[in-house]
Amino acid sequence: MTVLNKRSILKIAAISLVTAAALVACGKKEEAKPAAAPKAEPLKVAFVYVGPVGDGGWTFAHDNARKELEKQFGDKIVTTFVEKVPESADAERNFRDLASQGNKVIFGTTFGYMDPMLKVAADNKEIKFEHATGYKTADNLRTYDSRTYEGAYMAGVIAGKMTKTNTLGVVASIPIPEVIRNINTFTMGAQSVNPKVKTKVVWINEWFNPPKETEAATALINGGADVLMQNTDSSAVLQTAEKMGKRAFGWDSDMTAYGPKAHLGSAVINWAPYYIKSVGEALDGKWTTGQSWWGVKEGAIDMVNVATDVPDDIKKRVDEIKAGLKDGSFAIWKGPIVGQDGKEVLAKDVVADDKFLGGIKFYVKGVEGKVPN
Amino acid sequence: MRHIGGIPIALAEREGLMESYALLIAATLNAGTVLAIAALGLLINEKVGVVNLGAEGMMLCAAIAGFAAVVHTGSDLAGFLAGMGAGALLGAIFGVMVIYLGTNQYATGLALSLFGVGFSAFVGISYVQEKLPPRTQFEIPFLADIPLVGAAFFKQHPLVYGVIAFVLALIWFLYKTRTGLVLRSVGESPESAHALGYSVRRIRFLAVMVGGALCGLSGAYISVVYTPLWVEGMVAGKGWIALALTTFATWRPARILLGAYLFGGVTMLQFHLQGLGVQVPSQLLSALPYLATIVVLALISRNPAWIRVNMPASLGKPFHPSS
Repeated sequence: MTVLNKRSILKIAAISLVTAAALVACGKKEEAKPAAAPKAEPLKVAFVYVGPVGDGGWTFAHDNARKELEKQFGDKIVTTFVEKVPESADAERNFRDLASQGNKVIFGTTFGYMDPMLKVAADNKEIKFEHATGYKTADNLRTYDSRTYEGAYMAGVIAGKMTKTNTLGVVASIPIPEVIRNINTFTMGAQSVNPKVKTKVVWINEWFNPPKETEAATALINGGADVLMQNTDSSAVLQTAEKMGKRAFGWDSDMTAYGPKAHLGSAVINWAPYYIKSVGEALDGKWTTGQSWWGVKEGAIDMVNVATDVPDDIKKRVDEIKAGLKDGSFAIWKGPIVGQDGKEVLAKDVVADDKFLGGIKFYVKGVEGKVPN
Repeated sequence: MRHIGGIPIALAEREGLMESYALLIAATLNAGTVLAIAALGLLINEKVGVVNLGAEGMMLCAAIAGFAAVVHTGSDLAGFLAGMGAGALLGAIFGVMVIYLGTNQYATGLALSLFGVGFSAFVGISYVQEKLPPRTQFEIPFLADIPLVGAAFFKQHPLVYGVIAFVLALIWFLYKTRTGLVLRSVGESPESAHALGYSVRRIRFLAVMVGGALCGLSGAYISVVYTPLWVEGMVAGKGWIALALTTFATWRPARILLGAYLFGGVTMLQFHLQGLGVQVPSQLLSALPYLATIVVLALISRNPAWIRVNMPASLGKPFHPSS
């Protein structure tokens, strides 16, 4: 048996303190810019992120938009962010902290912050809350999201043309409508140029786990897939494709640099237009509650850095899709759309509304396997 | 593999399936190697009586050190050396604390793990967007050309074979050499080793550094070969799995290797099954590697006497020469 004497207890305490200090020093919070001699009091804007800003994907895209926001408004605003806040009780504490520090607009960037934000918003009526990907609103809490499936569709169009085995692979994260919708839309895009295409799906049940993403991508390639897409947060899938001589896409952020040979294009989210609009409204006193779902039309979704070996007619098709989505002449989810079981899920010429899109829990024809429940 | 004129489709499909099994084996060996290297390092620690819960943190620090070294020098070897150096350095810090200052091994190990997670993220910020020079595909001449077998076994990174050689060497060292005996005696009965004139603390310290270096090599293998990129937290729990493996394998090197392959194999198999469209909830499949490894290793080591024989008797206990 180990006997804890006074000295060793002191040592343990010292080590704990040093470690705690080191962890604090590693920085959970970062004051982005001290206001330079403000004339009027600058508006304080805060962001709460679920992942590290260094994930190269989802959170990275949000933080880039935060920087854009700062550039846009200069010394009229001060921004702060807190990263790696889990979707748990910790989230509520963080939102309360930020509220008590005088922030007037607070963004929460993951689905799981929904109830904590609702609670904190109820106690802080003068603060405006913005929740990404949620569906509950209040007088001072509104939601915003991006139509990531539009990017998935364009990726599908490219993938359908570039596949030689007619087998596509998707590394999927967590089986919620958003992800299932992206798998379906990717497949629909591919089938629009190549009806023979099939999509294999591997679920890893996590948003961010590079080794698992690598293993899933390897399994898909071993199963015959030669073009991969992912709805996870790192660039591991693209890197695996690069290593194994296959093709893949960037997701959320531009990932060209991670796999220059494998990269077919990146389906990116640009949150900056929305952040600029929101903070602008708050500055002008015009902010009201609501729900936004922005896509290519609003400049929130784009397909960038399409590979040079993608044929010109496909590049042209991608540009047409972008133009069509912008002026409203093209709709991706327009019937007839057939489910995996062969039954029609959307009748001819019917355009799906947002409620339909928000509740997709089935695979369309061409996707293999079953939706996990 | 499409069917070629004359060959029935069923046969061609079976051939495709065979090939995908071959690739499954290849992926298993690769995934198992990562775990085996780290677990063998931890085994060396535990053989001298030191439990290092800091594996995850050491592997992360080594992953960023190795990645950064490859980015700057372009040489994988430099990356592995940097990773081993980082692991050995953290092992040394841990060793000074628990061996010479007599701090609690579990608390210090946990602190090291937490520190490694935060510190690697901190120093890694500027490497997040970096990429490595093109990765080489290794294959053994002639053997790699054998159908199926070549794809399954002979197109691997040299370390995959290196770890097998290392296990054999370690078994010989631990059980057939005098130094190995001294090493084990330090973990079994440090008082006796001390009475015989061996410096228990120095031997423990060296073993902890070697263990750290191996954890470091595993970390560097992850960021340089396995998932060639750097993102924070990328080791994603493999350090903890390696720790569990040493215990479940009852501190036997060969079993650690088998356990690592088993874990890697079931991990790959769950994705493989999903790809084949097998209807098992993917959440259950995700839990399968852990479940299978625990069950198999628990079955192997169900004999309590066997555990008593193999478990270092002074595991986790500090030693002070004057006591």
